Formats: sequence, structure tokens, C-alpha cells
Amino acid sequence: MTRILLSSVAAAAVLVSAQGAVAQTEIQWWHAMGGNLGEVVNDLAAGFNKSQSEYKVNPVYKGSYTETLTAAIAAFRAKQAPHIVQVFEVGTANMMAAKGAVYPVYQLMADAKEPFDPKSYIGPVYGYYSTTDGKLLSMPFNSSTPVLYWNKELLSKAGLDPNKPPKTWPELGEMAKKAVAAGAKCGFTPQWQTWTMIENYGAWHNLPYATKQNGFGGTDIELKFNDAPRVKFIQMLADWSKDKTFVYGGREGKSTALFTAGDCAFHIASSATASAIDKALGSDKFGMAMMPYSPDVAPKPQNSIIGGATLWVLQGRPAAEYKGVAKFLNYLASTPVQAKWHQETGYVPVTLAAAEVTAKDGFYKKFPGREIAVEELTLNPPTDNSKGLRIGNFVQIRDIVDSELENVWSGKKDAKTALDDAVKAGNEQLKRFEAANK
Amino acid sequence: MEKRVTFHERWLPYLLVAPQMIITLVFFFWPSGQAIYQSVLIEDAFGGNSKFVFLDNFIHLFNDDSYFASVRLTVVFSFLVATIGLAVSLLLAVMADRVIRGATAYKAFLVWPYAVAPAVAGVLWGFLFNPSVGIVAWMLQGIGIEFNYVTNGNQALTLVVIAAVWNQISYNFLFFLAGLQSIPKSLIEAAAIDGAGPGRRFWDIIFPLLSPTGFFLLVINIIYSFFGTFGVVDALTKGGPGQATNILVYKVYNDGFRGQDLGGSSAQSVILMIVVIALTFVQFRFIERRVHY
Repeated sequence: MTRILLSSVAAAAVLVSAQGAVAQTEIQWWHAMGGNLGEVVNDLAAGFNKSQSEYKVNPVYKGSYTETLTAAIAAFRAKQAPHIVQVFEVGTANMMAAKGAVYPVYQLMADAKEPFDPKSYIGPVYGYYSTTDGKLLSMPFNSSTPVLYWNKELLSKAGLDPNKPPKTWPELGEMAKKAVAAGAKCGFTPQWQTWTMIENYGAWHNLPYATKQNGFGGTDIELKFNDAPRVKFIQMLADWSKDKTFVYGGREGKSTALFTAGDCAFHIASSATASAIDKALGSDKFGMAMMPYSPDVAPKPQNSIIGGATLWVLQGRPAAEYKGVAKFLNYLASTPVQAKWHQETGYVPVTLAAAEVTAKDGFYKKFPGREIAVEELTLNPPTDNSKGLRIGNFVQIRDIVDSELENVWSGKKDAKTALDDAVKAGNEQLKRFEAANK
Repeated sequence: MEKRVTFHERWLPYLLVAPQMIITLVFFFWPSGQAIYQSVLIEDAFGGNSKFVFLDNFIHLFNDDSYFASVRLTVVFSFLVATIGLAVSLLLAVMADRVIRGATAYKAFLVWPYAVAPAVAGVLWGFLFNPSVGIVAWMLQGIGIEFNYVTNGNQALTLVVIAAVWNQISYNFLFFLAGLQSIPKSLIEAAAIDGAGPGRRFWDIIFPLLSPTGFFLLVINIIYSFFGTFGVVDALTKGGPGQATNILVYKVYNDGFRGQDLGGSSAQSVILMIVVIALTFVQFRFIERRVHY
């Protein structure tokens, strides 16, 4: 009896150690993609794992962007960092300034001797995450840009053509008022108001957000978003809120609930929200178009800037594992994978090739509107004001802007005072960032 | 016969106290020490670039309008949570004390809210008052009150206070009930025989005899309102709208983890610790004098 037991234990031990001998290097990928986005992420990792046997990518959902970044920082300090972490675009300046924590992508690719062609990426997407001399620091993964969504039923009910979106802000105002008069609970609501109504309004009309090319040129910068056009714009929205032409739905993505519930006629939101809106309203009940512009500020729109997140590679792992990381990043940027990611999520494809393949497959004919995001980003060659943003302590600055805008919507302050106060408090944050990263 | 407990071996008492001391050292002294250390540094989030800046973080806080706004808000908030919490639970305890039929059922229902985690309490009340789908918000709309805690700061604060108080009521209730039941019935009967009405009996006999319990609960509730309400705020409003519910403990989290300003956040944390220690000290020194044991 004991003999049988001992020999079976020995056999089990040999089997277990035999498994260990295959020694697949595990690569930890911490991300913030929940819901159906997370399922696509798991598909992408599974695809890579199936395509080769040396490395195994393990995607881990860590919560919101903030929670994921906090977890990565804590892990790094405990010397247990993941290989890849997804960080939102507002963390770019903070990540770049983190000495010794980050492994820049251009260096990773060179060290791992992996092929890498910067020219294959879409301009504004690549530029946001590279140095001023074109060296890519983090791998663009899920970029989006704000687009205009509208509810076709609410427009029909107001006697408007459901297939003709407004091209300018005055037009949108009129159409929204008519929709509310015909019974809609709200005319227009924005998502991520700091991103859509301040940052992108600036880029769309070629207005600067901060000095030194929106922060690309250095850390001793000042904020400039309290200019006359934006003060006028925010005051207009505040006046609209009196008769529900404009309704504030909350910070970040909270206002989308108003649109998916069918209460709002117009919604400016991330292009990545398209799949959620499609599921809620049905693809023939909503339309997508480029954001409206203000003709008294600019004769035509410039280009929009991205939001979303990228993948940063962290230091601290054994050198041999980084080759697998480089291979995985190249896999993610490959055309079929990017095309799949773009089509299933609504995020912008990061390479031109993926956009072309998607167009050739007739995807944009089947789902009109999904190509709007790429159109907005490539509308014109980016200027200093529309390349993107590189602002330190951007999370706090966005919170300050959010707070001040909320003061405008609740009637506590007028637009000029609120934006001036936001700039003042934001500049304090910039000074602290500069001091902390000298 | 010695009334005090004595130990024959000299090391035994230390050994018995050791587990608690270890826990206090690891979970209180060590993090507090870390916070004090980090409050005199400015560093980037990953820790690679730290500079010693002495008291700069504190000076920056004292020049910050939004910090003082948060201080004022926290004072108002903790006053509301402590007084409403104690008053309501005292009322419930007095009423539960008089019940004879179904007493166990009442006590069970009144104790359940304590088992709900603060974050869940926040979510619960958020659902009830949600401007789009909340039942209570809908009923309020029916009687003409526009309730939208996402845009109205005062309503947001009211909701957070309600959720925080609700969570703590059971704890206060249990202690008050125990305190009430430990008051000798003979005292109350004697007062009744002397002609004192129920009100007089309560304020002159019961309330003073409840004061040890009341004092203890006051200290606990103030500490709860300063620290334990974090979960409710995070789940309900995340400090918004504007800065309307950005109490000090939430500001520490917001600035430190979302904003990655570890130096400033640690400085706020140190100040908060000093304030609560001082408050507790003041309470023991002055208010305890008036407590009847």
C-alpha cells in the first residue's frame, strides 16, 4: 500500500516538474478595459498566445484607469511591476517624467531587435506619445476622439431631417431647442466635458490649451484655455441650460446614460462609445458625424485630438522577458489585429494600413459613421495647438476644470470667472509639477 | 486579597499584550511614520525622483483656498453626522426599550444597516435618489422638488450625510439600548412616584446616566465622520459636484492616488491625524469631567 502511494506521489511530482520544464515566460498586462472591451482584450491576448509558444500574455483587468495606474505604481515600488500597463493619455507627462520607471518603446524595440516602422502610424496618434524629435515612448493602443451622436427619432419628432446633422454650434442650438420643444427631456449633453468642450474645442478651432505647444516644449508652461472664444462658448452652454437645451449629465462618461436612455437629442462623446450606443438604441436610430464648429471663431475645423490610453512598458523585470514584450507590442500593431480591435470597439486604428483594410472590407459602408473618428484626426496636418497635450498633473488640472465648469452649470459662477479661476489653480499645479521634476 | 490582577511571571503580561501591540505598530505607527516621512518630500509617483523640501508641502496647503474649503466642509459634515446620528439612534433606542411584543424583531432590523459596507451604503442611497431611475427622486419630483445630486452641491451633501448616518445608526442604537437597560428601574419608578412626567424623567434621570455611553459614542462618531465616511463619498459622489462633498479624508485619497501628489496628500494626512488626536484629547479632558459614572 505504502509502495503504491509513494510511487504515485513520485509520478505526480515528475509530471508537475515536467510542466515546469516547458517554462513559458509569462508577461503581465494590466489594463482598464471592462465589459465587452475587456472581452476583446482577452481575445487579442489569446490570439498572440496561440500564435507562438515561448511567451504567454496574461491580461489582468485592474479597474478604472486611475485604479490601474495606482496599482502599477504600488507594484513598481514593491518591485513587482507588471510588464505592460495601460495608462490614460492624461498621465503621459507624469509617466514621461518618471525617471527609471519607464522603458521607452523605441528603446525596447531597438534592444530586442524587433522591426518597428514609425511611419506606419497615424500622425496625431503617434505624435501624442512621442518626444519632440519623433521617438515613440509608449505604444498607442486605444485612441478615440469625440464625435457628434444624434438621436434620429427625437429629430423626426421635432420636424427636422433625421439624416442631416448640424454643422455649426448655432445650428445645433436651434435644432436642440426644437427637439426640446417637441418633448425631448434634453437637447444636448457632453461626455468628458473637459476633454470635449475645452481641450477638443481648442484643437478643433486651432486655439492653444497651454503655452510651449501645449506643453510639448517644456514643463515651465502656463494654461491658456480661458480665452475669449471659450468663455463665450461656455457661457452659451450655461444660457442653454436654462431651458434644457443643454443638460449636464455628470463627470467623465456619466452623461452617456442620458443619451442611451433616449432622453437627449445630441451627445458629443468618444468615438469608442459607438458600440454601447449601438447596443442601446439600435444602429438605425442614431447617427454619427463630425463635431460642430463655431464659424465666428474659425472658418473651418482644424483637427481633433485623441483621448484614450496607451501601453507603457515598465522597468524592473528580467531582461530576457522584454523580448516577449516587444514581440507582443508588434503583434498588437499588426494590421489584422488593429483592424479587429478598431471594428469591434470603435477605437481608432493606430496604423494607416489597418484603416485602409477596414475601408476595403466595406466595414464603413455597413456601419456608416465609424470612419468619422479617423477623418477628424486627419482632417488637416496638426498645428502646434492641435498636436495633442502634454500637461503635468493633468488629472488634478482636469478635476479643477470639472469643478469650475460645475460651478457654471449650477449658476454659482459665470463662465469668465470660472475659467479664470481654473487657469489660476491649474497654473499652481503646473508649478508644482515643474518643481517635482526638475 | 488583592483586588488588582497580578502576575507571578514578569514577562506574562507583556506576552499577552504583544499581539495587540504588534497590530498597532504595523497598522498604525508604521503607516503614520511613512506618511510623516513622505509629507516632507516632493516626489514623482514611481518614487524615482524624491526631493526633501522640509515644510513646503504644509506651507502650500495653508495657502490653498480649496484646502480650507474642504476643512470648513468637513467641520459642517462631521457636526451633522454626529448630532443627527446620535439623536436619531437615541430616539430609536428609547422607543425600542419600551416595546414588549416583537422586541427582538425590531432590534434585528435596526442592527442590520451596520452590516452594510460603507461603499455599498453609498451605492444603495445613490440608487434610491438617482435623478433618472431612483424611486425617492421620482417621488420628490411628484411633489415638486427637483432632486439631482449630480449637479446640486447641497443636495449631494445632504445625501451623503443621510447615507453616512444610516450606516452608523445601528452601532449607536446598540450602545444606547444597552445603556438604557442598565439604568436601575427603581430610580425611574421613584421619580415617577415623585410626580415627574416622562419628559422630566428622561432629561433628569436617564440622560445623565446615559452620559458615559453618550460620550463614548460622541468620540466614536466624530472619528467615524472624519475617516469612516470615505466609502460613502467615493461610491456616491467622488467629492463632487464642484467640491461640495470633498471632505478632508476624500481629498487625501484624491490628491494622493488620482493626482499622484504623494507629498501634498501625506501632508494633509498628517494634519488630519493631528486634528483628530487633538479633538479626542479635548473631548477626554473637558467633556469627560461632566460625565457621570
